[in-house]
Amino acid sequence: MTQAARFHVPHPSARPGEAPDFGYLRLSAAGAVERPSPDARVHDIEHLAYDLVRVLDDDGQAVGPWAPSISGETLRAGLSAMVLTRAFDDRLLRMQRQGKLSFFMQTLGEEAVSVAAALALQPGDMLFPHYRNVGLHIARGHNPVELMCQCLSNSRDMCKGRQMPIMYHWARGNIFSISGNLATQFPQAVGWAMAAAIKNEQHIAAGWVGEGSTAEADFHHALTFAAVYRAPVVLNVVNNQWAISSFQGFAGGERRPFAARGLGYGIASIRVDGNDFLAVFAVTRWAAERARMGRGATLIELVTYRRGAHSTSDDPSRYRPRDEWKAWPLGDPIDRLQAHLIARGEWNEADQAALEADRKAHVDACWREALSYGSMTEAPRLDQYELFEDVYRDMPRHLIAQRDALRALADYQPKAGPASEG
Amino acid sequence: MAQMNMVQALNSAMDVMMERDPGVVILGEDVGYFGGVFRCTEGLQKKYGEARVIDAPIAEGGIVGCAIGMGVNGLRPIAEMQFADYIYPGFDQIVSELARLRHRTAGDFFAPVTIRAPCGGGIRGGQTHSQSPEGIFTHVCGLKVVMPSNPRDAKGLLISAIEDDDPVIFFEPKRLYHGPFEGDPEQPATSWAEHPLGEVPADYYTVPLGRSQVVREGGDVTVLCYGTMVHVAQAAARLAGADAEIVDVRTLAPLDADTITASVRKTGRCVIVHEATRFSGYGAELLATVQEECFYHLEAPVTRVAGWDTPYPHAFEWDYFPGPRRVAAAIENVLEAA
Ligand SMILES: Cc1ncc(C[n+]2csc(CCOP(=O)(O)OP(=O)(O)O)c2C)c(N)n1
Repeated sequence: MTQAARFHVPHPSARPGEAPDFGYLRLSAAGAVERPSPDARVHDIEHLAYDLVRVLDDDGQAVGPWAPSISGETLRAGLSAMVLTRAFDDRLLRMQRQGKLSFFMQTLGEEAVSVAAALALQPGDMLFPHYRNVGLHIARGHNPVELMCQCLSNSRDMCKGRQMPIMYHWARGNIFSISGNLATQFPQAVGWAMAAAIKNEQHIAAGWVGEGSTAEADFHHALTFAAVYRAPVVLNVVNNQWAISSFQGFAGGERRPFAARGLGYGIASIRVDGNDFLAVFAVTRWAAERARMGRGATLIELVTYRRGAHSTSDDPSRYRPRDEWKAWPLGDPIDRLQAHLIARGEWNEADQAALEADRKAHVDACWREALSYGSMTEAPRLDQYELFEDVYRDMPRHLIAQRDALRALADYQPKAGPASEG
Repeated sequence: MAQMNMVQALNSAMDVMMERDPGVVILGEDVGYFGGVFRCTEGLQKKYGEARVIDAPIAEGGIVGCAIGMGVNGLRPIAEMQFADYIYPGFDQIVSELARLRHRTAGDFFAPVTIRAPCGGGIRGGQTHSQSPEGIFTHVCGLKVVMPSNPRDAKGLLISAIEDDDPVIFFEPKRLYHGPFEGDPEQPATSWAEHPLGEVPADYYTVPLGRSQVVREGGDVTVLCYGTMVHVAQAAARLAGADAEIVDVRTLAPLDADTITASVRKTGRCVIVHEATRFSGYGAELLATVQEECFYHLEAPVTRVAGWDTPYPHAFEWDYFPGPRRVAAAIENVLEAA
């Protein structure tokens, strides 16, 4: 046997300069997948991990058993939140390029993943996002000014300058803190849900993780604990096809969908079109209902595509075809929801143009306000001595001494050098 | 001689070793096709193939665990952690397995694994892209711990690490990847292109593990430091107007106590500098060594300058970083003491 036959290395379907090819994706037709009752036995619904739940067809019609009964008002709210998310994203990306932000990560093309889920859950449900879920904040009504202030590390930054941009949290809005360390939030979401069950409370938890991050042990800890304690939690894997330079095959997605991992743990598992607002909404509702009725966790794989760079430190044209996103077979979440509202007779192109202009103007106004609270380099700034706070609830002696030493340093005149150096 | 920055020097070390020893393999996140997020492995997969420069799933515990298995089976793996801040999911495999395998099997099994990890701050990376966790690993017996401060040492030390039959944690101060940095972000960035230590032999050579280096001789005070702080210490000595002897510790474990104690016995004064947090940091080990070996030669209490005992911030990085002013103030204090 040759080495190549013995040692397999996954290869993406296309590298730079090659024609994009998404033929590897197993798709189901819109409306084709059956919708079992939310209290179904896992054993009876295993196919949901391999099928692809889709509601919106190519004409913008909602078809099949998963088509949710959902008001035009909710749909318009969802569309508005997705448009706002995209305008926010676009603005902050440009501001990073102009040097206003040290760093940024886009959500482009993945808006439905967050927004539809947020609207399908209850405000008291606790969300444990990863870094590409800003739509959760926007859909729950977190003021974009606050999100921008975090990205600017300015005087109103909720993290007080302690975290990089996009590492938001929102205690009042029940959205947990984002860590730079991948997948850590997944078992935490399960623990929150276990506590809700222990306390006999109705609220559930939801967590998100990228498909690349499912390789981390924390992903598997989450599934084990969720299964053992039948925790009321919705566990989402956002399969946007790429981690940084590594495609989903490097996380083990070559032969089985990520959703199928839940089956080994005995957890209900569903694969869903992540760019189909209605499908994401319906599946999340189903999973939430199941959790609330005591049937435990659901693992949802959301099939989508990371259209932008991994982050502002990344250049994806080095590892994937530059225009790969154009070949993505599941379209754009905003376009598709818009087409649906138009098909329902509740929307038209003029409404869409007006909405986009309005959300963009809102973002512009928010940005101006955020800047008035300063930035990392421009006043008004945070107090640097706050660095020593919140390490512990009460500041211990050695940190008080270190804070005082930093204060004293301001007056220090070096013997030989200019006071300004260093 | 070729002129190299630290990224190129590390790349060259791996290239040289892969050429010499077919058992040398690299594995890590984004290291293969892409060449690593800091580009340290650029071009190596093309040259040596996908079975020797291996793109890994995002699982540091898996990377270290598999590297151990490969090492036991005769390979010489170099595992890359994308950032030192992401080494923790691999902690159990490093501490409980890699470090102790030789000892618990009375030498019947060992794994010659090198773990490379970019460390340190000053790049606006916040708490998860700035840490210096070396002290956590020097506390673990069975591990060797290295941190170079320039391209020439980086290549020679990395080759020694790869050749070493014991596990080595190789920390790379990423702020030094492209140029020396004296700790003042207001000064224009300098590159290794003009620096004598950016002159790196293109071929095989080693810098031995376990040997510190006096990078500046002086009579007033010894400054013990490593990584980025080697450059900060030089700026600080100038600021303080001190004739400092600066020792680049380079290999933190095992420690070259001879070079250190010889210097402190000569100067009678000592300042210890690291970027990592202070409490229970590696500086405490250096300080204890100096106290034990040089007590009767000391003319002033030994002082530590370190990162404050808080997580590394995103804003106020330069209030956090133990820069030249903080180090200079400490040097002056030590010189003024009776
Ligand atoms: C424990 C850990 N290891 C490595 C990294 C570096 N890293 C940051 S994002 C990323 C890729 C994550 O990909 P995925 O989970 O698919 O999410 P996506 O970015 O595609 O949304 C990597 C490797 C990290 N942040 N944490």
